Amino acid sequence: MRPFTYERATDPRAAVAAVSRTGAKFISGGTNLLDLMKLDIEQPSHLVDISRLPLKNIEELPEGGIRIGAQAANSDVAADRRVRTRYPVLSEALVAGASGQLRNMASIGGNLLQRTRCPYFYDTAAACNKRVPGSGCAALDGFNRVHAILGASDACIAVHPSDMAVAMTALEAEIELLGDQGARRVAIDDFYRLPGDTPHIETVLQPGEMITGVILPAPPPGRQGYRKVRDRASYAFALVSVAAVVAAERGTITAARVAFGGVAHKPWRSVEAERILTGQPATMANFRAAAEAAMAQAVGRGHNDFKIELAKRTLCRSLAQLAGELRRQL
Amino acid sequence: MAVSSNDVKMKSAGIGIALTVNGRAHRLELDPRTSLLDALRELLHLTGAKKGCDHGQCGACTVLVNGRRINSCLTLAVMHEDDDIVTIEGLGKPEALHPLQAAFVERDAFQCGYCTPGQICSAIGMLAEARAGWPSHATVDVAAEGTTLTGAEIRERMSGNICRCAAYPNIVAAIRDIVEGVHR
Amino acid sequence: MIGQALNRVDGPLKVGGRAAYAYEHWEAGQPLYGFIAGATIGKGRITKIDIARAERSPGVRLVLTHRNAPEQNAPDFSITSQYSRAFPVLNGPEIHYYGEPVALVVAETFEQARAAARLVDVEYAAEAGHYDFAARQNNAYAPKKVNAGLPTDSAVGDFDAGFAGAAVKVDQRYSTPYYFSQAMEPHAAMAVWNGDDLTIYVTDQILAEGRTCVASTLRIDLQRVHLISPYIGGGFGSKLGLHHEAILAALAAREVKQPVKVAMTRQQIFHLVGPRPTTSQRVRLGAGKDGRLVAIGHDVTMYTNPEWEYAEQTAATTRSLYAAPNRLTRHRLTPLDRQRGEDVRAPGEAPGLLAVESAMDELAYALGIDPVELRIRNEPARDPERDVPFSDRRLVECLREGARRFGWEERPVSPASRRDGRWLVGYGMAAAIRMHFQGTAKVRVRIGRDGIAVVQSDMTDLGTGTYTILTQVAADALGLPIERVRIEIGKSDFPESSGSGGSWGAANSSIALHRACKALREKIEHSAGEPGDLEAEGEVAGMWKEPAYQAYSIHTYGAHFAEVGVDADTAEIRLRRMLGVFAVGRALNAKTTRSQLIGGMTWGVSAALHEEAVVDTRTGAFVNRDLAEYLVPVNADIPDLDAIVLDGFDDKANVLGAKGLGELGICGAGAAVANAVFNATGVRVRDFPITLDKVLPGLPLAEA
Repeated sequence: MRPFTYERATDPRAAVAAVSRTGAKFISGGTNLLDLMKLDIEQPSHLVDISRLPLKNIEELPEGGIRIGAQAANSDVAADRRVRTRYPVLSEALVAGASGQLRNMASIGGNLLQRTRCPYFYDTAAACNKRVPGSGCAALDGFNRVHAILGASDACIAVHPSDMAVAMTALEAEIELLGDQGARRVAIDDFYRLPGDTPHIETVLQPGEMITGVILPAPPPGRQGYRKVRDRASYAFALVSVAAVVAAERGTITAARVAFGGVAHKPWRSVEAERILTGQPATMANFRAAAEAAMAQAVGRGHNDFKIELAKRTLCRSLAQLAGELRRQL
Repeated sequence: MAVSSNDVKMKSAGIGIALTVNGRAHRLELDPRTSLLDALRELLHLTGAKKGCDHGQCGACTVLVNGRRINSCLTLAVMHEDDDIVTIEGLGKPEALHPLQAAFVERDAFQCGYCTPGQICSAIGMLAEARAGWPSHATVDVAAEGTTLTGAEIRERMSGNICRCAAYPNIVAAIRDIVEGVHR
Repeated sequence: MIGQALNRVDGPLKVGGRAAYAYEHWEAGQPLYGFIAGATIGKGRITKIDIARAERSPGVRLVLTHRNAPEQNAPDFSITSQYSRAFPVLNGPEIHYYGEPVALVVAETFEQARAAARLVDVEYAAEAGHYDFAARQNNAYAPKKVNAGLPTDSAVGDFDAGFAGAAVKVDQRYSTPYYFSQAMEPHAAMAVWNGDDLTIYVTDQILAEGRTCVASTLRIDLQRVHLISPYIGGGFGSKLGLHHEAILAALAAREVKQPVKVAMTRQQIFHLVGPRPTTSQRVRLGAGKDGRLVAIGHDVTMYTNPEWEYAEQTAATTRSLYAAPNRLTRHRLTPLDRQRGEDVRAPGEAPGLLAVESAMDELAYALGIDPVELRIRNEPARDPERDVPFSDRRLVECLREGARRFGWEERPVSPASRRDGRWLVGYGMAAAIRMHFQGTAKVRVRIGRDGIAVVQSDMTDLGTGTYTILTQVAADALGLPIERVRIEIGKSDFPESSGSGGSWGAANSSIALHRACKALREKIEHSAGEPGDLEAEGEVAGMWKEPAYQAYSIHTYGAHFAEVGVDADTAEIRLRRMLGVFAVGRALNAKTTRSQLIGGMTWGVSAALHEEAVVDTRTGAFVNRDLAEYLVPVNADIPDLDAIVLDGFDDKANVLGAKGLGELGICGAGAAVANAVFNATGVRVRDFPITLDKVLPGLPLAEA
């Protein structure tokens, strides 16, 4: 870890001002940043500690939504009664991620900004356009079992590792930002970028901007669920995950939301799948059609070819499960 | 709680902080890069918390901060001024063990012992989380109130602590003894 | 007292966080911190190394490279035990494997040392290395011996003719990946010089060999080397020998005239500690329609470091497991530019039984015979290759008792025939066998006027329970309450043993202690009631000097039964329950015995389902080199798992009737899980681990 200076911010505006100096970075939970600093992948020269900012609350919003402070711990959000009853997909995604200890440390803002687990990104001796722009991508012809099947480029096939952000994508969350130019809101799907030729630029966050909160609009109608597929039973990153919300009337799907994790550089919303499902009977044939549509553009890179079929099957099962629960509710 | 003070200065001192560990206040002068884990182990010589991976991937460094379990390897000591830090040494002494420590001995919930302080601190934090009704990945309905610590729930909630000797069934048995109020 | 489920006597210290491991000793004062910088090529040479930036970095006291490191002895490959050989480091510009140390940076704090290690500027001339095992398999050669001095090949009868004439044949290839022990405590050492005396606080399973290694490497008198290793945070073979951190700490501490401690990072362990070799195995079983084997063939190819040969005894237990008139086993090695291979729990037996016991399941399926019954039908009356009687073979009893307790008769007979919701449920079983070894050991026991018996040996306890069983053996032999026994082990200055390894530590040290106590009792009787300081030594000879080990085939046995669930949609595989029944002679402590066995079984589960270190064949680096990507089981992976030990006493093995069991639990365990996956799905995966991507293509699409 390179030497750095440290300061603790006392209010959000002061934090934004403090991070304007060259080489400065925010630190919150630290679970990803310190991991990367120890390996010399992140190299800040100044840390602005925002973990004690008064941004930990979860508040009700007038239109039926909620606002989650960016400094709230993952575990607090997962355990919040309003989240559990109105946004269970988010609670499920949060508890599917990391471990109890890490969830107690990791903040909501930090979770959104966590970086890829691509092993070549983690290996400073390997080529990685995300770590060193222009150096190449060792994963393309390397061991790419955990890598992207959608939205990737020849510059980068890394995936976003978050579970939480996948659920938030299905919930159409908005990210609340504060910069020296003031505050703004960005839809989560616009917040993340695909790698293109600039995989080192992962979000639309401007230099110096800080995430202050996440707005969840009023819950969409229907049943919600998060399904994570991984190599061991717990404490492992997703090979594929699905966040889904399904509403139905008399066996016909009236609304659907579908987002995938573990398949792309960002949480992957599939409007194609949603379009196919809406207005159709909740049958396995239609679920499979939606899955085929979701994966129509998917490209395997060798070791990760299996993810295409795995994603389809995971979506089908998630939809069947939610549809079954809806039927039982009646 | 009796609070005494202890001053420790690191050779590459940079920042002075006050750290409260197991009820005792310390004044530390340290390099801001120092993880909480290294501050405990190398400055305060509280080596109960272990370094197994230094990257939050094993749980051997688990300590309690303000009653919550965390990985002390992935947080900076300077971020914990005024926090109440409890390590395995603060839970019980070999001659006066905490009931969970005693249950670990009775159930042979360890072999090499290296992950054990982290397992025990994690279990203490986990039990508090369950008492507060927090859901887990093993919870069938996250919206339901209350938590019943079934075997599946304990296993899932303790999955952030790797035991390579694989004492897992015995760790679960030790924790169940506490949940079920088996006294030793 | 012997055999009782006594709680670990070191338990309170361990659960209290007060047991001091290698990196946690403060009696020598504040040490300096060393951090290793490793090569970023797999083969080639250093053309330029610039340490100026590192040396100028704050707090740095020393930067050791091949240019200023003291000369060390080269390893003498005529020494059979690889852990007694010299193990030099920074001894030239050549790079032999990825991650090989190129520098040690010593600084006042850990952060300073780690930061400065990144500032060592190295330029390399890389050469094309051989890293791809699959591509190099045809370059294999036959080693002179395999691990433990066992023969490379064996042949009985006429395998080719027997196999050709068999009514039913299985001829399959299996592969196993690189596995790592990955004990929770990283390899660590602190070196302290006191004049010409060198003390190393280290994490080491065999102190006598470690001491020899240090003395030989550093060219100093053996008597000047003192190793201290009272608590070891797991070893599983990876700490049988010392590693670079110990030699580097010693070299640096001598230079800076201050204690220096060095620990490997978790990532470094993947390159600086040897893996279990990756293998390719061909198993051929020929049987009559009645299931009786007429031919058994087991051919193994594995990698080795080109210079530092290491060959696991992968086919060795195949020589003793089942009866068959025609037999053939062979081990071959393919040199790769990779670190030396090292022992990982149950070297050879673990990957070998994965293959052989999978093949037996394939044979049972082909014949339509119950896999338990198939094994019983092939039970030999004598050791089939050595043609000597078994000392205490109880495999059939283990099979029958396990089947009964597990409810084997409830098994789904045809594959893919049972469902539980979305889970496909399958049962699998496999036999366990492991050779029992005996090595030399000396133990001293002393009783003082206070009536406390103090036991001393350089034996170690890496979580196995040595402190506890020695307490029981001494209390039993001396007729003392356990409170009056104190065990002092983990110091190389104490009487020499063969340490912990090969599952022999418990029996070796217990027998030696038992004899020491007997001798002490005689002295006490002769001292005519005059209480004073008395001491006695006991020892045990190596198996090569014990006639019983020539006259009998001495093994431990067991049977594993596993139930798995495979997700019908995603092919996720999860263990549901598992039971092992074992015959180990006499168990010295019921509690620690069970713990070791369930630990071993868990290793079998993850060998079947999880663990694999993946090589990037372009560079020779292990790609998934941390505990987030090299997956070992977590608590949620191990739901319901138990081990039963049959009451026993192997009077041929030794006077206490006890045999080693630290590795038996893993033997065959993975195959039981693999066979359960086949039973659940009808998909047979022969390339381990069985991850979901290998099963998924064989699962039908969901219809509802």
